[in-house]
Amino acid sequence: MAEQQQHASTSGAYLIRGAAILGGAAEDLLIRDGVIAARGQNLSADGATIIEAAGLVALPGMVDIHTHLREPGREDAETVETGTRAAALGGYTAVHAMANSTPVADTAGVVEQVLTLGRTAGWVDVRPVGAVTVGLAGEQLAELGAMADSRARVRVFSDDGICVHDPVLMRRALEYVKAFDGVVAQHAQEPRLTAGAQMNEGEVSAVLGLTGWPAVAEESIIARDVLLAQHVGSRLHVCHVSTAGSVEIIRWAKSRGVNVTAEVTPHHLWLTDELARSYDPVYKVNPPLRTDADVQALRAALADGTIDVVGTDHAPHPSEHKECEWAQAAMGMTGLETALSVVQHTMIETGLMGWEDFARVTSTAPAAIGRLQDQGRPLEAGEPANVILVDPAARWTVDPSKMATMGRNSPFAGRELPGRVVATFFKGHPTVLDGKLNTPYRWPADAVDAAPAGRP
Amino acid sequence: MRHLLSTEDLSLANAVRILDTAEEMAAVGEREVKKLPALRGRTVVNLFFEDSTRTRISFEAAAKRLSADVINFAAKGSSVSKGESLKDTAQTLAAMGADAVVIRHWASGAPHRLAATDWIDAAVINAGDGTHEHPTQALLDAFTMRRHWSQLAGTASAGADLKGMRVAIAGDVLHSRVARSNVWLLRTLGAEVTLVAPPTLLPIGVEKWPCAVSFDLDETMAQGVDAMMMLRVQGERMNASFFPTTREYSRRWGFDDNRLRALDTLGLKDTIIMHPGPMNRGLEISSAAADSPRSTVLAQVRNGVSIRMAALYLLLSGETREQATSTAAYSKESH
Repeated sequence: MAEQQQHASTSGAYLIRGAAILGGAAEDLLIRDGVIAARGQNLSADGATIIEAAGLVALPGMVDIHTHLREPGREDAETVETGTRAAALGGYTAVHAMANSTPVADTAGVVEQVLTLGRTAGWVDVRPVGAVTVGLAGEQLAELGAMADSRARVRVFSDDGICVHDPVLMRRALEYVKAFDGVVAQHAQEPRLTAGAQMNEGEVSAVLGLTGWPAVAEESIIARDVLLAQHVGSRLHVCHVSTAGSVEIIRWAKSRGVNVTAEVTPHHLWLTDELARSYDPVYKVNPPLRTDADVQALRAALADGTIDVVGTDHAPHPSEHKECEWAQAAMGMTGLETALSVVQHTMIETGLMGWEDFARVTSTAPAAIGRLQDQGRPLEAGEPANVILVDPAARWTVDPSKMATMGRNSPFAGRELPGRVVATFFKGHPTVLDGKLNTPYRWPADAVDAAPAGRP
Repeated sequence: MRHLLSTEDLSLANAVRILDTAEEMAAVGEREVKKLPALRGRTVVNLFFEDSTRTRISFEAAAKRLSADVINFAAKGSSVSKGESLKDTAQTLAAMGADAVVIRHWASGAPHRLAATDWIDAAVINAGDGTHEHPTQALLDAFTMRRHWSQLAGTASAGADLKGMRVAIAGDVLHSRVARSNVWLLRTLGAEVTLVAPPTLLPIGVEKWPCAVSFDLDETMAQGVDAMMMLRVQGERMNASFFPTTREYSRRWGFDDNRLRALDTLGLKDTIIMHPGPMNRGLEISSAAADSPRSTVLAQVRNGVSIRMAALYLLLSGETREQATSTAAYSKESH
């Protein structure tokens, strides 16, 4: 079995025939030896496996800036293996694994462990995110430099799930990561304003009697952080922006030249707090689902570039953490296997964006934030073959029990979505073919274990 | 009506039906033998995840007067306190053959979860969930108001609504399930509601509710009020900056002796004073007010049993289900 996989991964030559490149004109792509060997009309197969792609769109492999893979520590929720299978099926060739594992990814040892798990799995490039503070406790900086210099070459640092709320600590983190071109990805949530918060504070929370989560708790932190980033001349990334007010602040900051990037999740592009009326905790998430006015502002911001990227915030939970009272339930939703379809539904089929923009917000921009040099590249000859084929005309109904992720907490369960990932090529190897998992890419042995990983 | 979860989605027809049935149940309570055989052989579980002796014994009395078997399941001192989930508790009760579950829970929406999932197939009655709703409290309040309102009009209670009645609800609206249930039900019954509270104890979004909002109790009283309902101030609010001190709260938003006298000065001779209990005497209501002839506090307790009998009877006898189509049409016309 392993030999067979190894064979499949090294035999890789594929001729993709007639795919609409970034949704444009139909062309062929020849993939060989991990790179795009040629792009053009009527390319010769020359022994390569032919994939007929008429009607399909070819895009750069998606890069998730925000994924929870749960391993190490919560293997009952997800493992690197299951999470990255879900990623490959969803059209991803790289994911950033958030640091809130157990133990927390706050040392070189843990981030290297996650890197090794990712390479052993081989479905996508797993890029560990390092914690900003020791144990996510918000008190003392973690060894950011050691993580940056480790085999994992961490560039994104985040206490995601918890806000770095101490302004001095946030300032120091922003300053310190300049030493190795890092970025601090902030989970913007003022803790005192959100004590016990359960859902967006507004008309719906008033009726439901669930403790409100005011928009200002997010916006006040973002306002502070963009000013700090400007003051110290560093790079800030804002995770999961969820309110119209946050969009305004980020737009203002960008107009002043602040080096800030922002992310929106697929679910915040579509779902609203009205869903909480069911009291079904599958709709409980951090930050909470907001109002339709917020959804519309987020869509406009993603289209005009104020928000740079789509990040899934894929957050699988075991079912017992959702089959309970709302207040008892864990926060989070799965997202890797629905992201493409939800973005197609909310951004492309609404006419707000085209597939070229899609490639920007799901691949080019997140790769740039994470400083991934071989991801988010143009689909041109000589570039690394991280490529996906998408059937935009397909329609499918979300059934969480059929997903590769261990999480069954999809808020889109039962909804019919457009678009389907037909194939995913990771480093020239098809991890997904015909919409099904194929085989993982096999990293060279010295890349999996202790030897230096080479240039990132 | 399969469950009684909230008053927000209770139609006028079903509300009036419960109130009218409660009138019949009240008549039973005045007989020497206070018992009906209606629910003989049916099992009612009082599932209480939060202490509330008053509400539990009211439901217990109601179920027993209808000859149901009653099981009291208090979460404290049971497997629930050892970490058993709501789901497991519900499935356990289902396996024991509960026909109705009366649930009191500290988490908003817990009764909805029981009703919406397949954990248990019993009728669910919300006996107060978090800061969401307390529908039987609102129904017993409305029952109390309707008797008063009909008596003033010299007409029978049965079939009546509360059109034109001016009701002021004062206190911690933000954390009050009683206030929420009352706002929706009184709207449905045609009363005019004014909420009176410090701005810190009103939810963001209250401006969309079908009622008026005031920060000034004296002004609200001066505009005329037929029922004055005071809400309990929970102890844990007192040190969380919702208001500076209990004395300041009491002066501005409490129903004290001066305001009791003001009712006479204002010529509001028929205004009743209500409180869902338990009262903080001297904080949101003075003893003189609580014990005055205007006070309906004990009548509310008495009427609570009748309302809960009506709710259990209507849910378990299945009669409301048969009437579902005709009541839907009725409620549409009469809103």
